[in-house]
Amino acid sequence: MKPNSPSERLYNGIIKENPTFVLLLGMCPTLAVTTSAMNGLGMGLTTMVILALSNMFISMLRKVIPDTVRVPAFIVVVASFVTIVQFLLEGFIPSLYDSLGIYIPLIVVNCIILGRAEAYASKNGVISSLFDGIGMGLGFTLGLTCIGIVRELFGAGQIFGFQIMPSFYTPITIFILAPGAFFVLAFLVAFQNKMKIGSAKKGIDPSNSVSCGGGCASCGNSACKGKRG
Amino acid sequence: MEQMLHVSSNPHVRDKMTTSKIMQLVVLALLPTTLFGIYNFGVRALLVVVITVASSVFFEWIYDKLMHKKNTITDFSAVVTGLLLALNMPVSIPLWMPVLGSAFAIIVVKQLFGGLGQNFMNPALAGRCFLMISFAGKMTDFTVPAGGMSNLYDTASGATPLAAMKAGEAVDFVSLFVGNIKGTIGETSAIALLIGAALLLFMKVIDWRIPGTYIGSFAVFIALFDIFNGGFDFYHLLCEICGGGLLLGAFFMATDYVTTPITKNGQLIYGCVLGLLTGIFRMLGASAEGVSYAIIFGNLLIPLIERWTIPTAFGKGGKKA
Repeated sequence: MKPNSPSERLYNGIIKENPTFVLLLGMCPTLAVTTSAMNGLGMGLTTMVILALSNMFISMLRKVIPDTVRVPAFIVVVASFVTIVQFLLEGFIPSLYDSLGIYIPLIVVNCIILGRAEAYASKNGVISSLFDGIGMGLGFTLGLTCIGIVRELFGAGQIFGFQIMPSFYTPITIFILAPGAFFVLAFLVAFQNKMKIGSAKKGIDPSNSVSCGGGCASCGNSACKGKRG
Repeated sequence: MEQMLHVSSNPHVRDKMTTSKIMQLVVLALLPTTLFGIYNFGVRALLVVVITVASSVFFEWIYDKLMHKKNTITDFSAVVTGLLLALNMPVSIPLWMPVLGSAFAIIVVKQLFGGLGQNFMNPALAGRCFLMISFAGKMTDFTVPAGGMSNLYDTASGATPLAAMKAGEAVDFVSLFVGNIKGTIGETSAIALLIGAALLLFMKVIDWRIPGTYIGSFAVFIALFDIFNGGFDFYHLLCEICGGGLLLGAFFMATDYVTTPITKNGQLIYGCVLGLLTGIFRMLGASAEGVSYAIIFGNLLIPLIERWTIPTAFGKGGKKA
């Protein structure tokens, strides 16, 4: 795949640098709202819309925004989109709006959004920034929905509100409480790492890796080809 | 000359005491309590104990097997974890819950962090709290099924002495001391617990520091609390100390080697923190009992306590000339 092509950006966001399981960004909504699969999906999609729009907008403005005040400028852009989306949710999907609560305005300070603006959108073209936002957003949605499904399945015996577990199953309530979020996240990250170990052993070629930037001296990735010399 | 220099890795001074022996002594010390629990609550208590211990050992074995690690079930630590977990459960618990609790205690809390010596929290208590949070109703259902040797089956009220005291009812200290009361399988009899504790203290498996400061600071807290709330009441103080899981927790669970500070001063601080937390949870919290939460919360503070009380090494510190 060509670097910065739409398909490469989508693959990068969903699999290679999945914000939930690989980058471990945006932990606050990840842990707090994933009590059910529906909440996870809703939070993920809301974030994706905002991420795609703000990435696109910031990429358009990247030549206009002065470098010294870029972070406040990013925040203003992100906050505007969050406000719009918040009103839309309140008007059209009030049930989701109620269950996500304070975590909708908090999307403004979601570090995935600010991180992608800083690391990607402010340096790259509009189309690839848009797809970077969509890819990262879909990766976030995937992560949150997976966590939500596992927590809802064990904690309530349901998935998306449908009864899955047989009637004699006693829900293990801890899974939909705060500690359950940590357990499930840890197990899914471990599982994801286990699945990826095969490809990590092959090593990453630093010359075409977009994310690492080639700074081998400060890098801690011992599986990388550049590190092994 | 070469043959005279015997080089080996430390420890150079060896004791006959091994992990396995210490754990066996703890099991022995818990036997009076376990037997009394079975006498008190009937055959079902025996069933709960056997299932919990067996499943703990099984999960330890299967984890070692699957992870290709050295088999560690012979160090008896899984038996102790299982036994403590069983003693922390009411007799009427559905039998699959102890199995789930053991799985959580052994696999998540102990083995995933590196096995015995690496767990950051007492596995048995973490297992109990896991079940307590998940199935609050079943874990606090103290109804006794028919079949026990004692007269508990007849008493209609399901309240433990602590809950009764919290509700302002009077409790009988003698039956509380002997153990003719409701509660989890292992917490009822103060006598049986003290016999086991005496054995551990005599064999120097545990020392007085943690249980002493734990129970002492708890007693001071309760006394002060009573003084500020309508006058000191010695009877209430005694009932609070002997009732509930305080003795079981102070002698058998707060003294777990892995989850206590290694410095002697740190152990004193740790005991005081536990006593204070237990007092706060019992007197001011919504629940009548607070020992397990106090101990696992104290477990989390251990790195801080150790950092604070680490002794100055010879040659370090002092005034710079």
